[in-house]
Amino acid sequence: MSTDAPPSPAPVREGPAQRLRAAVLGASARLTGLAVAAALGIGAVVLALSAEETREALDDGLGPALVAGASAVGRAYSALLQGSVGSLGALSETLVAATVLILTGLAVAVPLRAGLFNIGGEGQVIAGGLVGGAVGFAVTGLPLPVHLPLAIVAAGLGGAAVGWLPGFLKARTGAHEVISTIMLNNTLTFVLIWILTLPLVQVEGRSDPISRQVLDSARLPRLLEGLRVDAGIILAVLVAVWVLWFLDRSTTGLELSAVGANPAAATAAGMDPARTTVTAMTVAGALAGLAGGALIVGLQGRITPGFSAGLGFDGITVALLGRGTVVGTVLSGLLLGALKAGGRAMQARSGTALDLVVVIQALIIVFIAAPGVVRALFRVRADVGEGARISQGWGS
Amino acid sequence: MRLELRGITKRFPGVVANDHVDLTVEPSEVLGLLGENGAGKSTLMNILYGLTSADEGEILLDGRPHVFADPGDAIAAGIGMVHQHFMLVPVFTVAENILLGAEPLDRLGRFDRGRARDAVLATAERFGLPVDPDARVEDLPVGLQQRVEILKALYRDARLLILDEPTAVLTPQEADGLFESIRGFRAAGRSVIFISHKLREHHAIADRITVLRRGRTVGTIPAAEADAQELATMMVGRPVVLVVDRAPAAPGEPVLEVRALGVEDPPGTALVADVDLTVHRGEIVGIAGVEGNGQTPLVEAVTGLRPVTAGEVLLRGESIVGRSRRDILRAGVGHIPEDRYTDGVVASFSIADNLALTLWDDERFSNGRTRDFDAVAESARRVVADFDIRTPSIATTAGSLSGGNQQKVVVAREFDRPIDLLVAAQPTRGVDVGSIEYLHQQIVAKRDEGTAVLLVSSELDEIQALSDRIAVMFRGRLVGPFPAPVAKEALGLMMAGVDPAEALGGRAA
Repeated sequence: MSTDAPPSPAPVREGPAQRLRAAVLGASARLTGLAVAAALGIGAVVLALSAEETREALDDGLGPALVAGASAVGRAYSALLQGSVGSLGALSETLVAATVLILTGLAVAVPLRAGLFNIGGEGQVIAGGLVGGAVGFAVTGLPLPVHLPLAIVAAGLGGAAVGWLPGFLKARTGAHEVISTIMLNNTLTFVLIWILTLPLVQVEGRSDPISRQVLDSARLPRLLEGLRVDAGIILAVLVAVWVLWFLDRSTTGLELSAVGANPAAATAAGMDPARTTVTAMTVAGALAGLAGGALIVGLQGRITPGFSAGLGFDGITVALLGRGTVVGTVLSGLLLGALKAGGRAMQARSGTALDLVVVIQALIIVFIAAPGVVRALFRVRADVGEGARISQGWGS
Repeated sequence: MRLELRGITKRFPGVVANDHVDLTVEPSEVLGLLGENGAGKSTLMNILYGLTSADEGEILLDGRPHVFADPGDAIAAGIGMVHQHFMLVPVFTVAENILLGAEPLDRLGRFDRGRARDAVLATAERFGLPVDPDARVEDLPVGLQQRVEILKALYRDARLLILDEPTAVLTPQEADGLFESIRGFRAAGRSVIFISHKLREHHAIADRITVLRRGRTVGTIPAAEADAQELATMMVGRPVVLVVDRAPAAPGEPVLEVRALGVEDPPGTALVADVDLTVHRGEIVGIAGVEGNGQTPLVEAVTGLRPVTAGEVLLRGESIVGRSRRDILRAGVGHIPEDRYTDGVVASFSIADNLALTLWDDERFSNGRTRDFDAVAESARRVVADFDIRTPSIATTAGSLSGGNQQKVVVAREFDRPIDLLVAAQPTRGVDVGSIEYLHQQIVAKRDEGTAVLLVSSELDEIQALSDRIAVMFRGRLVGPFPAPVAKEALGLMMAGVDPAEALGGRAA
C-alpha cells in the first residue's frame, strides 16, 4: 500500500480567510468543547476577582477571599443556569435569543464554506428587518397565511440584496468582502435611521425615529400562552434544515466547498468561483435578512434604530463555535442563546454585570481562533499525522 | 562527516513509515535515496533533520549518537536540508533570506547590509554558486531560488546536505547545473543525500544508491553497477516494463485543430504566437520543450482556462473559443493539469468527491440540484478498482494519498467520462516508476480507443516513448510536428531554438 504517505501540503496560495476556514472547519468537537470550558473557567476567575465581596474579604486574608470568590461564582453561574434552562419561561427566553443567533450564525457559516468571511450580518439583519417590517405594516388587507410569509420572504430578499452587493464587488473587482461588508454595516445603520423618519414609515405623532406597528396579520404567532417564544424558532430550524441540504447535499454546495478549499482546482473542474462567491454572499444575506425579519415581525413588532443590536456580529461567534457546520451552528446558537437569556437572569438575581457574558463569548472566540492555546492548556495531542505534515515534498 | 542511521523506526497510526531503516553516508559521498511515493523517504529525512522523532533507532555522526529535537539541533550538527517546496521569504532579498536567523548586526543592533552581502558573496564564491545578493527572491527563476536554499544551508556550515527531489522543479539545463554544484560539494569533502524518483539522475550523480520500499531498506548498491531495470525492480518489488509497448498509430479524422493561435497576457506580451496544430483521432502528438516556452498557456487556451487573443481552436470542427471551461470539458475534452496539487484535486475532499469533480452537476451524479451520493460512491468504488488507486476507502481525502495515486485519481476522473480529446500536461511529474508505467499504458490505451491525445511534457523520454508525432515549443512558437521517432539530439537542439532543418540534419520534415 502506498497510502502510508503522510498528507501532502495544502495549496500554497492561502489568504487569511482560507486559513480561518481551515482552522474553523478543521477543529474537532472536543477542542470546541474545551474552548467553551476554558472560557467559562476564565470567566469564573474574572467574576471572582471583580465581585465586591471578594475584595472585601481580601482584608481578612487570602483564604476568606477565595471562599467569597467561589461563592460569588457559584451564585452567578447557578443564576445563569436557572435563567437559561431552569424553567419553561427561561427556556422560552433561550429559544427567543437562539432564533436570531441561529440565522445570523448560518449567514456566516455559508460563506465560510466558500472561503469568504461575512462580517456584514449586521447590515443584512437591518435590511431584512426593514423590508420585512415595511411589508408587515404597509401592505394591508391580507390574511395571516399570506401576509406573514410575504413579509418573511421580503425580509429574506432585503438581506439578500445587501449580501449580494459585496459578493458582486468581490467577483467583479476583487474588493475584499471583509472591508465592503463592514462598510455596508455602517451604511445600513444610517440608512435605517433616515428611513425611520420618512412620513410613510414613522409612527404618526412621534418625533423620534420609530416605525409603525407591524399588522397582526404579519406577526409571527406565539407558541405558548404567556411566553415570548414565537414561530420564529420553527422558521430558524426549517431554514437550518434547508441550509444543511444546501451545503452538504446540493451541487451548488459542492461548488461552494470546492471554491473555498481550492479555487484553482474548482476552476479547472469547470466551476465558476466568481458566480459561487456571489451565490454564497447572497444566500448569506438572505439568512441574516430572515433573522432581522423574524425579529421585527416577531418579538419587536416595530422597527427601531439599533434593533439589530450586534446580532450580526454575534453570528460570527455562533458560526465559529459551531465549526462552520450547520448542526454545530444550531447547537452553538442554542448555547449562546442560553448564555444571553441566562446572563440577564444572572444580572437581575446576583448583580453580576451582563458584560461577563460578553467576556465569555469573546474568550470562546479567542480559544476557537487559537486552537494551539487550547491544546497547550489541556495538553491535547496534535491530530494524528500532523507532526509529519510540517514539511512535505511531492515525494514520500 | 560520516552519517549512520541505525534501525530507524517510525510508526504512524495504522502504518509503519520507517521499519528498522539502516543507512550510511561516507564523507565526500553522494548517496542516492530511491523509492516510490510513500516508501518512507521523506519521513526518514524529516527524522534526520529533527522535524519529527524516531520511535526507535539512532543517528550517529562520526560514530557519536545524536538526538535532534528540532531542525536547530540538526543544523548545529552540520546537517542542511533543501525542501522541495522552498522555505524562502519571497519579498526578501537573497542576502536577507540566506542570513535569516543568523543576521550580522552593526553596532546599533541593526541588520548590517554590507557585511551580509560580503558574507553571501564569500559563501557563493567558495562553492561556485554565483548569486546576486540584492535580488529579490520572488523575482528569481526556480533554479536560482533553489540555489539560495542551498546557500542558506551551506552558510550555516552544513557538511551533509539533504536534497529532497531537487530536480522536480528544474529544467534539464538547471538540473545539469545542480549536478555540477553537487560534484563541487563532494570535492570539498561534503556529503549529499540526493532524493529522486528518476533513475537516470541517480546514475548521473550518486556514488551509491539506497533503495527503500514500504518503509524498509531493500538494499544499497554502487551506482556504477546499478542497472535501471534492476533498480526499478528493487523499488517496486516486481519487474517493471520501462519501455512502453504500443502499436503504430491509426490516425482518423481531426479532433483538435489549432489555427494561428495567439495568447497574450498581459495585452502586448505574447505567450503563444501563431501556433498551428492538428491532432487526429487515435494519435498522440507530443509537445517537447523547456518549461516556460508557452506550453502552459497553450494548454490553458485549448482547454478553456485562458482567453484566446488570436486565431481559432476547433473541436471536431466547431470553434470552442470563448466558451466556458465547463462547456469545453463537457464537450468531450479531458485535461490532466500539470500541477495536480493546485489544479487537479481538492486535497481536503474525499476521493469519491474528487472523482466526481468535473461532472459534479451532471445528471450522472445529481438530479441537477441535489447530489446523488449513491451514484458518486458506486462510481468511485468501481473507478478505484479499475484504476488500481491504492486507498483504504473512497472516503479517504485525496490529500492523504501518495503523489502517484493522486495522479491516478485525476487521470481516472478524465478517463471515466466520454472524451474525444485528451490534453495531458506533465502527466507523470513527481510520480514513481510503477505508476508511470501504468499511466503510460493508460494513455496509449486511450489512444487506441480512438481518442486524440495532446501530450505536453518536459521529459524527453516520455515524449519519445509515447508520441506518434513530436513538436517542439520554443519562445511561444511551435516547430513541427515531425513524425516520430525524432532523435533526442535533434529535439534538444530545437528546444534551444536551432532551426529545424539544421537540427534534423537535412532530414525531410
